[in-house]
Amino acid sequence: MAALLEVSGLKAFYGQTQSLYDVAFEIPTGGITTLLGANGAGKTTTLRAICNMVKTDGTIRFDGKNIRGLATEEIVRRRIAHVPEGRGTFTTMTVDENLRIAAYTRRDKQGVKDELDRVFAYFPRLKERIQQQAGTLSGGEQQMLAIARALMLKPRLMLLDEPSFGLAPLIVQEIFRILRRINEEEKVSILLVEQNAALALDLATHAYVLETGKVVMSGPADVVKNDENVRKSYLGY
Amino acid sequence: MASASKKWVLGIVVLAFVVPLLQPVLPDVVSDYRLFLVSTMIIASIAVLGLNLLTGFNGQFSLGHGAFYAVGAYTAAVLMDQLNVPYWATIPAAAIVCFIVGYLFGLPALKLEGHYLALATFALALAVPQILKYKWLEGLTGGVQGIVLMKPEVPFGLPLTEDQWLYYFCLIVMVVLFWAAANMLNSRSGRAMMAIRDQYMAADTMGIDTALYKTVTFGISAAYTGIAGALSASAIAFVAPDSFNIFLSIKFLIGLVVGGIGSLTGSVIGGIFYVLVDNSAQALSQFVKNDLGLPFDLSAYTVFGVLLIAIIYLMPMGIAGGVAMAWRKMRSAR
Amino acid sequence: MEQFLQQIASGLANGAIYACVALALVMIYVSTDHINFAQGEMAMFSTYISWQLMTWGLSFWAAFVLAVAISFLMGVLIERLILRPLHNAPVLSIIVVFIGLLAIFNSVAGAIWSYLIKEYPSPFPKSSFGIAGVIGPHQLGVVMVTLIVLGLLFIFFRYTPLGLAMRAAAQNPQMARLVGVRVDWMLALGWGLAASVGAVAGIMVAHIVYLDPNMMAGILLYAFASALVGGISNPAGAVAGGFIVGILENMVAYAGNQIEKATGVYIIGNGEKLTVALIIVIFVLTVKPAGLFGRVVVKRV
Repeated sequence: MAALLEVSGLKAFYGQTQSLYDVAFEIPTGGITTLLGANGAGKTTTLRAICNMVKTDGTIRFDGKNIRGLATEEIVRRRIAHVPEGRGTFTTMTVDENLRIAAYTRRDKQGVKDELDRVFAYFPRLKERIQQQAGTLSGGEQQMLAIARALMLKPRLMLLDEPSFGLAPLIVQEIFRILRRINEEEKVSILLVEQNAALALDLATHAYVLETGKVVMSGPADVVKNDENVRKSYLGY
Repeated sequence: MASASKKWVLGIVVLAFVVPLLQPVLPDVVSDYRLFLVSTMIIASIAVLGLNLLTGFNGQFSLGHGAFYAVGAYTAAVLMDQLNVPYWATIPAAAIVCFIVGYLFGLPALKLEGHYLALATFALALAVPQILKYKWLEGLTGGVQGIVLMKPEVPFGLPLTEDQWLYYFCLIVMVVLFWAAANMLNSRSGRAMMAIRDQYMAADTMGIDTALYKTVTFGISAAYTGIAGALSASAIAFVAPDSFNIFLSIKFLIGLVVGGIGSLTGSVIGGIFYVLVDNSAQALSQFVKNDLGLPFDLSAYTVFGVLLIAIIYLMPMGIAGGVAMAWRKMRSAR
Repeated sequence: MEQFLQQIASGLANGAIYACVALALVMIYVSTDHINFAQGEMAMFSTYISWQLMTWGLSFWAAFVLAVAISFLMGVLIERLILRPLHNAPVLSIIVVFIGLLAIFNSVAGAIWSYLIKEYPSPFPKSSFGIAGVIGPHQLGVVMVTLIVLGLLFIFFRYTPLGLAMRAAAQNPQMARLVGVRVDWMLALGWGLAASVGAVAGIMVAHIVYLDPNMMAGILLYAFASALVGGISNPAGAVAGGFIVGILENMVAYAGNQIEKATGVYIIGNGEKLTVALIIVIFVLTVKPAGLFGRVVVKRV
């Protein structure tokens, strides 16, 4: 089965500074892949590179077609949803408006309605707060909104950047449970960047480890989880 | 590099002093009219230098320098008309008045950045003609009709025409002002000014009293442009409110951008440039109407507008910057 | 009392014009962080276009609609062709380009249609409606047209998907891209709309101030004051600011007139309108830059 997303020889630059040196990985269709690494290893940059939010070089293929160099919004229109660091909700808009804006690119009105219902089934809390301004939601609710909004794009691939950041453990667990359901029920492949390696490795099927802009380890999640170096550096035992 | 350009400058200054003396020999080339025209270019260069000090070297945007030009011009006019002050004394008087006005404007300007300051100065420029026509100032300013003045008399019985003397007077003022500016810019103060333009936060945290520098620079900048205004009052021998409208400020902006932001030479080029285009407007309009046959009164401002946009695209550093870059390329290619 | 009401009515009519131009300014500011110094001249140019169309035989409202449509296109083209390539340029460069546009629009209008002041018709017949002695038909018409236009814009931005997309693009362009919005086109559309709203203002006010290339300069200054009073980042605030400033302007002139009548001393009157606007601008910028309804943006180090 061909990979959904193939990345090879990826370099990324912030202005003159190079951040990624030679990143290569594959996301299989249907799986949850996690990208681990310390601060500054280049995890967020990798997600940004996929969406052309930074200057890149190398190869990025989605569904066999090249997407490197396309405008961000065109990449998103090919059904890659990116939930960025810090959630990125439109704070002065309501929950409803935040969800609808993601449906902007879709033509099927009925499909959008059905989608909204499905999304509220995953995140009942959002339905309760549908007319509330997004900026007044709690951190956990904003994260849910960000994921729900990504779902409204009907993505084939969802990129998540540190969804657990700043959230209480119980909320994080709830969100990760929902992510697993989304992956299984909606058939959305997931690329997850996480500092919380333990959580990520529990959820994921595959894992890559990044260090200073290069991939230093890869494999199925449970293999990576039991690797001695990974245990010492990222899992703390 | 510095000594080479100093030689050039000295050479040009010497030429500037000597050439007009050739009038008896070349009366058509060095005519009174031409000398007057060059005098207006000198005045324009000083005005543009004033703007450059504030915007080019210190990073504070002003779209309203016409206001300071007007203050300088009216200060000179009122002093000459009502108090019989000699024309040469109006120059330092205008400088002082404009410095104070500029400094006072610089105080609230401390809180304004980028386009907000541009907005405030733009508003000022729009309101100037009305302020000058204010009823309570009519006694001073002569209202809509303005004030008629007399051209400077040739002193000490020198064998010069009025236009020749005017030219020399403006030239002397210009040389003094530019020399002062060059020295200031090369000193620690100058570097502080430019640091504020380039990296405001860093300058502030490094202990530069940014507030003091910004307000004083505003004052000095206003003083320079005000001196230009005072010179123009003597040169044209007339001031009236409607000549100090928004378009005057636009001309200064053109001089700044075309000549070169942050460049002394650029200020001179800019001043010469906008006077030239302004004066060629008539000829340009005739050309378009008669030679190109278009039913169109091409105004200087269309040319100015197009040039402003073109320069930003093609040569954002203005002519001075472009020449400097070309010069550097030539020298490094050797 | 009647004269006082007249002043309020006249202030509302002026305020309607200021509200439109202020709204145009704020629309561009909110989406691009730039102040369109050429807004007034663009509106004036649009008004001349409508005048020309009427000279060619079109009815007032046909010319109105067509001129507004042409202005929309003009706005889109200016954004795409002239401003888009400069979107990373330093602020001074962009300001200079705006001034350049100002100079071009003003001088070309003068070149094509001359600087002779022209009369401009009113579509609101003399004794049709209006409250005698208080508000004339044209003034009432201006307020009504403005309210209709503003209402349409409100509905557009609040309830349509395109309006939502434009709001998102203005608020957070990066995030808007991440939900698939073509932000660049949203900016161009925003410019088109701003140009259209400006055109409406110009066409409505031309009957009052007469048609001439310099007609919008004072109005632009008042529009700046209105936008600042209302909060330059808040479109609704800009509209409110317009009406507030319109009434304030007239109240000041009225007060000046009354004082002169009572004491024979002239302090302030119609000749100081621009100065009053300048004072409002400076005052708001220095004392309360966020205006009544806006938010102050904290600068990130």
